[in-house]
Amino acid sequence: MAHHAEAHADASHGEHTHHGNYWRIWAILCVLLVISVAGPFFGHPIVTLITAFGIACVKAYMVAKNFMHITVAPRYVAYLIGTCLIFMMLFFAGAGPDVMELEGTNWEKPSWKYANAHAHEGHAAEHGAAAHH
Amino acid sequence: MRPIATTRSTAGMPTGRLAVWWLIASEIVIFGGLLASYIMFRLSHESFSVQAANTNTWIGAFNTLVLLTSSLAAVLGHKAADEGDGPRAARQLYLTAFGGLVFAGIKFGIEWPHEIHEGFTISSGTFWSFYYTAAGIHAAHVIAGVIIMLIIAPRAAKNLDLHRVELIGVYWHFVDLVWIFLFPLLYIAK
Repeated sequence: MAHHAEAHADASHGEHTHHGNYWRIWAILCVLLVISVAGPFFGHPIVTLITAFGIACVKAYMVAKNFMHITVAPRYVAYLIGTCLIFMMLFFAGAGPDVMELEGTNWEKPSWKYANAHAHEGHAAEHGAAAHH
Repeated sequence: MRPIATTRSTAGMPTGRLAVWWLIASEIVIFGGLLASYIMFRLSHESFSVQAANTNTWIGAFNTLVLLTSSLAAVLGHKAADEGDGPRAARQLYLTAFGGLVFAGIKFGIEWPHEIHEGFTISSGTFWSFYYTAAGIHAAHVIAGVIIMLIIAPRAAKNLDLHRVELIGVYWHFVDLVWIFLFPLLYIAK
């Protein structure tokens, strides 16, 4: 009896979450997973980009909204999470130019140039072999 | 005597839930920095796509399905806890933990041994350094989640501390969410 009273206190503190149809959400997430796996089979980079990362964003939103109930939490939680995401983007914007370029004013990355040249050669050899067949 | 995390809500929500959101915010910075670094390298160095071609998409997809399903169990446990049904909430937590164990078992028992056997170790190149670091940190979070669930579930089964079912659930969904982005980055974009 005491356990039940405590359970009720636990369950009823704070606001109650509205529970939707979680099985339906799970089924949609599974369908999206299948689409993201199937995307590369079309052999088009843009399609792969959309099916992989576009769908990843949709899946992430669905999990955050329906499973984590972020929209029910106080507004400042979304601001908190958003601030951290902005910091991530700031990091990308700040470090990206140095990381993503192979050379700049008075500097270069010879090892990366070498690795990329080899990657190109590998691609060319694969395409050549495919054309030959 | 009840802990402060269950009784105090000066921030508009119970303190325990606030703590979990803070934890998630700090985790976003950790995983976000790692993923942002990976994307920088991936976009600018074509050799990454050559190395990424060696990861097994089917294993990654199956593990994604496992985590999505375990997230479903976690949120069903939260629902049961909200309804005051501790034993059902505990069963859902055990199911979630089982999903985590399957995920870790596949990763450490099948996937990584195969890749290491093929000669792809953490020092095989920048891609593999990212691969093992990102997937390893994520797997550590999965294992931590499983341990916490196995601690919480027996008490939940006795209808004690049911609020913790929701808290570990929110954490688990975040772990799932991180994998949702790791999967296309490491397994699909080849």
